[in-house]
Amino acid sequence: MQNLIDIMDLSIGEIDELIAKAKDIIAHPDVYRDKCRYKKLATLFFEPSTRTRLSFEAAMMELGGNVLGFSDAGSSSATKGESVSDTVAVVSGYADIIAMRHPKEGAPVVAAMKSDIPIINAGDGGHNHPTQTLTDLLTIKMEKGRLDNLTVGLCGDLKFGRTVHSLVAALSRYTGIKFVLISPQELKLPSYVKESYIKKNGIEYEQTTSLEDVIDQLDIVYMTRVQRERFFNEEDYLRLKDSYILDAGKMSKAKDDMIVMHPLPRVNEIAVEVDSDPRACYFKQAKYGKYIRMALILKLLEVE
Amino acid sequence: MTIDSIKDGVVIDHIKSGKAMDIYKFLNLEHTDCQVAIIKNASSKKLGKKDIIKIASDVQIDLDVLGYIDPDITVNIIRDGILAEKKHLELPKKITDVIMCKNPRCITTTEQGISHVFKLTDADSRVYRCMYCEAKAE
Repeated sequence: MQNLIDIMDLSIGEIDELIAKAKDIIAHPDVYRDKCRYKKLATLFFEPSTRTRLSFEAAMMELGGNVLGFSDAGSSSATKGESVSDTVAVVSGYADIIAMRHPKEGAPVVAAMKSDIPIINAGDGGHNHPTQTLTDLLTIKMEKGRLDNLTVGLCGDLKFGRTVHSLVAALSRYTGIKFVLISPQELKLPSYVKESYIKKNGIEYEQTTSLEDVIDQLDIVYMTRVQRERFFNEEDYLRLKDSYILDAGKMSKAKDDMIVMHPLPRVNEIAVEVDSDPRACYFKQAKYGKYIRMALILKLLEVE
Repeated sequence: MTIDSIKDGVVIDHIKSGKAMDIYKFLNLEHTDCQVAIIKNASSKKLGKKDIIKIASDVQIDLDVLGYIDPDITVNIIRDGILAEKKHLELPKKITDVIMCKNPRCITTTEQGISHVFKLTDADSRVYRCMYCEAKAE
């Protein structure tokens, strides 16, 4: 039995297989309509999430399966003090696979130790969110046609953004990748992420505080939100906030085939005017999330 | 200063000066009934000064704990007054319930009944990370 706790649990070969399966699902949805008939997905969301939970539920429904679960800890026995281990031990008797989100880092590792059925980490605090990374990889493959030889701009909060860390880890295994790290000094990519993935794999990278200066060289710009509460003082926030907003002016300097990605929710870091630009991929990205989760459910349930 | 040599037991040697009490605590030696001698600041060719712990009993020593604290320590097993075995330590790949995760967001802070496990992730820098949240051991 296999679980997905961390994106690095998957080999490049396994990621390629999942992407190929997701592409096949997109091309032939009818073939997959009953693949998970009589199977049940339990969505155990100990903290609220809209997109991820709905994406998992839609994925299971499109495979012909059923869904049960809870969408915040308040409606689960966690409020009575039940441990993750006990919750999972019980639920594994009711469902065939579990997608779990928990505010505590490492909770899915505990769940996997106690479960008789596959566990998918749907986000554990600020730690891992592997299905978002799979979504990002499928988006890149669909929109750029490759996962190698790309100049990838990561923009905004690179310090606390778990989606950025996982994407850096995943893309660092491909050849010809260059990262352009665009953030305020306060929100730079942590050194351990740089050491563990970028430097260890000898990957070319550049650090800058200006999106405008580098946007013309990017194949992908991956936007994240710069949050006011991450700054030590209001002045710095006010000085920097607009430089990380992607608008039509900055888009005019970008390549014609650059794509704009964002894990969502977006607040104001991408101006609404960019939505109609054909290079804006973030809503497509959310849709791809459903397909890659369908592929993942099939793989973990060992359904051909 | 003279300390009686031991007939059967364990001598933990080449402890960095000042670290003997830490090891005494980590190995739970306060709970043993046998004689234990802690020698501090003994002269050492290799270290200049070193600490030594002599235990007059053939107790089981957790080599993983010792290896985690300092892999340069040597453990000598004494039988019938002579050196029977000299054990050189290595950094253990995994340590269980030796240290606790200090990350307040780690699942180990709330989940009852799970072991605190750290894995060696970088042998050169002696970095251990929590098996659950991957926080660096402090």
